[in-house]
Amino acid sequence: MTQLPATTAKKLGLVIDLDTCVGCQACVTACKGWNDQGYGVPLSDQSPYGSDPSGTFLNRVHSYEVQPEAGPAQIVNFPRSCLHCEDAPCVTVCPTGASYKRAEDGIVLVNEDACIGCGLCAWACPYGARELDAAAGVMKKCTLCVDRIYNENLPEEDREPACVRTCPTGARHFGDFADPTSHVSRLAAERGGFDLMPEMATKPTNKYLPPRKKAAPDEASLLAPLLDVQATGFAGWLDRVLGKI
Amino acid sequence: MSLSQPVVDTSPSVSDEVRKTTCYMCACRCGINVHLKSGKVSYIEGNRDHPINKGVLCGKGASGIKQITAPSRLSQPLRRVGPRGSGAFEPISWDEALELAVAWMKPLRETAPEKLAFFTGRDQSQSLTGFWAQGFGTPNYAAHGGFCSVNMAAGGIYTMGGAFWEFGAPDWERTKMFVLFGVAEDHDSNPIKIGIGKLKDRGAKIVSVNPIRTGYNAVADDWLPVTPGTDGLLILSLIHCLLEAGKVDLGYLAQFTNAAYLVDSTDGPTKGLFVKNAESQPFVIDRRTGMPAPWDGKGVEPDLGAVWQGHRTVFQHMAERYLSPDYAPETVAAAVGIPAARIRGLAADLARVAFDEAIVLDREWTDFRGNVHQTMPGRPVSFHAMRGISAHSNGFQTARALHLLQIVLGAVETPGSWRMKPPYPKPVEAHPTPHFEAVPGKPLSGPHLGYVRSPEQLALKADGSPARIDKGFSWENPFSAHGLMHMVIPNAAAGDPYRIDTLFLYMANMAWNSSMNTEKVMEMLTAKGEDGEYVIPRIIYSDAYASETVAYADLILPDTTYVERHDCISLLDRPISEPDAAGDAIRWPVVEPDRDVRGFQSVLIDLGARLGLPGFVTPEGKPLYRDYADYIANHQRRPGVGPLMGFRGNGDLTGRGAPNPDQVQRYIENGSFFQAHVPEEAAFYKPWNAAYQDWAVAMGFYESPQPYLFSIWSEPMRRFQLAAEGHGHPQPPDALRERLKVAMDPLPLWYPPYGETAGAAYPIHALTQRPMHMYHSWGSQNAWLRQITGKNYLYVPTKIWREQGFRDGDWARVTSPSGTITVPVAHMAALNENTVWTWNAIGKRRGAWALDKDATEGTKGFLLNHLINELLPEQGDGMRWSNSDPVTGQAAWFDLRVRIERVEPQAIVQPNFPTLPFPGGRA
Repeated sequence: MTQLPATTAKKLGLVIDLDTCVGCQACVTACKGWNDQGYGVPLSDQSPYGSDPSGTFLNRVHSYEVQPEAGPAQIVNFPRSCLHCEDAPCVTVCPTGASYKRAEDGIVLVNEDACIGCGLCAWACPYGARELDAAAGVMKKCTLCVDRIYNENLPEEDREPACVRTCPTGARHFGDFADPTSHVSRLAAERGGFDLMPEMATKPTNKYLPPRKKAAPDEASLLAPLLDVQATGFAGWLDRVLGKI
Repeated sequence: MSLSQPVVDTSPSVSDEVRKTTCYMCACRCGINVHLKSGKVSYIEGNRDHPINKGVLCGKGASGIKQITAPSRLSQPLRRVGPRGSGAFEPISWDEALELAVAWMKPLRETAPEKLAFFTGRDQSQSLTGFWAQGFGTPNYAAHGGFCSVNMAAGGIYTMGGAFWEFGAPDWERTKMFVLFGVAEDHDSNPIKIGIGKLKDRGAKIVSVNPIRTGYNAVADDWLPVTPGTDGLLILSLIHCLLEAGKVDLGYLAQFTNAAYLVDSTDGPTKGLFVKNAESQPFVIDRRTGMPAPWDGKGVEPDLGAVWQGHRTVFQHMAERYLSPDYAPETVAAAVGIPAARIRGLAADLARVAFDEAIVLDREWTDFRGNVHQTMPGRPVSFHAMRGISAHSNGFQTARALHLLQIVLGAVETPGSWRMKPPYPKPVEAHPTPHFEAVPGKPLSGPHLGYVRSPEQLALKADGSPARIDKGFSWENPFSAHGLMHMVIPNAAAGDPYRIDTLFLYMANMAWNSSMNTEKVMEMLTAKGEDGEYVIPRIIYSDAYASETVAYADLILPDTTYVERHDCISLLDRPISEPDAAGDAIRWPVVEPDRDVRGFQSVLIDLGARLGLPGFVTPEGKPLYRDYADYIANHQRRPGVGPLMGFRGNGDLTGRGAPNPDQVQRYIENGSFFQAHVPEEAAFYKPWNAAYQDWAVAMGFYESPQPYLFSIWSEPMRRFQLAAEGHGHPQPPDALRERLKVAMDPLPLWYPPYGETAGAAYPIHALTQRPMHMYHSWGSQNAWLRQITGKNYLYVPTKIWREQGFRDGDWARVTSPSGTITVPVAHMAALNENTVWTWNAIGKRRGAWALDKDATEGTKGFLLNHLINELLPEQGDGMRWSNSDPVTGQAAWFDLRVRIERVEPQAIVQPNFPTLPFPGGRA
């Protein structure tokens, strides 16, 4: 068993806006691209041009169809990555201490040198957010781009996770949830940011913003005809409409 | 375990160097930062300074790194050694390849230049490729717009002198309501996503009108699952509601459109044309005097209600047509698949936002009449559409209808609505007309493609037959501004209108997903005549990758990937402007090719010099340009105007100026793009704004100010209708008269798409779209993207799913009037109840793109193309017309009607084809 820190100074994480995500996969491949050459071993691909290609991704987007009780079916695009839980079961289950939660910012990382690839953490994670790299045999997961967010070799504006930087619709936000005035804290408060599977008691740091209610048009506001065109004929309509100039 | 944490290096070196160039993973042309480590590309991200993507990058762009190393890259010139289609090639040197190409083409130029057909696919260098074809002298040139979205481009140009995508954009900063018609994830990618994000931030309303609720439609606040092909009827019904309620912008219509022009009511050859004055100019009746006045006269107040000598205004014709009960929501509801109350609700919403929530900018401006306006009022309603409404046989008129809706709301070029991007606005009259007369040994007299205004400008030979192999600009499709690439191979194979010798293709997968009736097209490419020779004798193809089409060429000129080449995204062509700035861009070789390949544009310039084409050789016959980079900097289309606008002259001139040999380097230093900002007082009302017109002339877009009025009534269309009615010369073939009378209506109208003729036996609409992470992407063999989407299903709506008793894992046999496919199905509820659809171009031919023969793209992926005939069914007169829009020749992909039946799960999709070897074998 590996211990979690009692508290962390910061709680860095993401707000993901399900009302805005169009499911374009930009975050998926930007993440793959950065982390293929970033923290730890590359994200390998198996049989990339074969009949059953597979590879390691730290972030995937799934699209679900939702049929509300009334109204037409909806599509929700759902990006999935590590939620950097406060009570991260993937950390406490780790037999070697390779999985840990950083005391300073709450990021959950894998120390690949200590990882034996046993896969217990992936079993423990209720979100399916960890993937064992088939080539390296070590566990890979979202690092919140720990090698970007503090990186002094990057311009300050680029010190954010690759997925956030690339998101074309701005559906992903990065910040410190320990600071109630931060952008992410305020977004989560204002838009009803929710925890994924709260019943698992993992206390995820990342919050999802729900799709806004899709309002049906207010039929009471229908346009009133200017006059009864059938009754007055076109000439009557024309007189009335041009009288408005 | 203790809490001692490992030390993490949080500031690792990112890369050795960043080189900024332009993406080419789709047609969007975003700026990218290419990171290099040890000389190899290590990471690609968006360029924050770039006007198109402002730092973001889509799923394709970030995957570009895998395109650079893809095993499907061609590595050397190839000459066919086996039968066509077998994929058997031998490697040859570039000198051999170019000499062979010249040996084939030079005699054609000297005897019959039209026997070379040069068609380019996802070409971003059309100002060069067109110039080359013009120099060669063949009339047979176009790019892929005919099978893409020419209806949107032409519908926009003919109506308002601009169109969606690169011609214009919603005013994302100010719009309060955005209505998206049909699949539009293709054009353009990141700007629309960025825009949707802005609307979401502000809580602006997004409405989607689309049979399928994927992609952008998923985040829309309201969704109208329209029946495919009926968008035009829905739009005209919205116009009906707005007119009925008097909710139209009368001031805008009177000042900025031809609504106040008088339509000739005299029976005869001028009926329906505009009443003209002695100077042959249309005029208006001035409300102040009740007398005729010049349309552009200072202080003139055009009267929409005028009747002059029995001639009524366009406005009255328009209002009378759309007020008809034929367009009432209650009348159209069943056909469009949307309840009447929902149509009325959308109209009310549009009117409320446009008029009750109007916005005003405190900016003074002067119009072309010399009238000074203290403010810029705006109607914050915007629209976008692309292939969804475009790829139908009624797509041109539907595009016109959509623009009319914008116009009656006063929602074009006003704050908060939809804005044009320089060099647009540009009226039809400012565009060239088509040039097509082939003369041995001579260049064409002007550009191939243009905007026809009257029948005598059609590309017809003296005997009335089409001058172009694709029958572009013929009676069959008079306004085919982008040509008809999808008809080139069928027409060449049929020898209709004539036979060609050499088919020269660039970056177009015509033996697979870019052709209708794919299986038959493969047969056409391999068909032999009685003499044992191929019916299309020679095929030259340039591609960077081992696409399906490679196997059907006789000579392969291998292209580079997009990071290994020069390119020019030019104002002469399809630039990267934004409403507030003209913009252009380059690509440059951020890494050198590791194979014996050459950028196609440099090869074309080399061929131009070897053939001695004008514009490519010095007076002494020596090559004029070293390569494409040299051409980009030094070519002048008009004196002082070249491919790039920035850093001209000594580097300090914009738009006009002498060539600057350092220009390309200056672009590289500037992030590979350049912008020239529209002055603030010129930023809106551009077609009528004197400050904008002056700026456009200074920039070199045109030689004198070109203010114009929007064409609610299209006089060019009426001229064709008159011809169909028997007036004037030339005259259309009798078999086309009735169709022209309907399709060339000068006011937007709706008619059932020709696909309806399939009849009750084919009750289901079938559509395709590409996923956002692959749209316009040149090859979905990308190692990362194919893990996301490596096979496709036919998505079936709930009603049909239940009727057919489908279960998960089932397959279906899908039959159209012209073919059958057997494919896997999946259920989808968020779908028009009479529509099935699939992701396009996931399906690959086995062996193509260097994928394993058992790759899912070949065994489970499929195309609907096999179900779509390139010809319409015979009409009873023995003639078969192209399955295209009768106005523009746009391929009517989305007219497809099918029936489906459940079958047991299969091992492999049908049809299937022999596995292709890698061309030339593995190095």
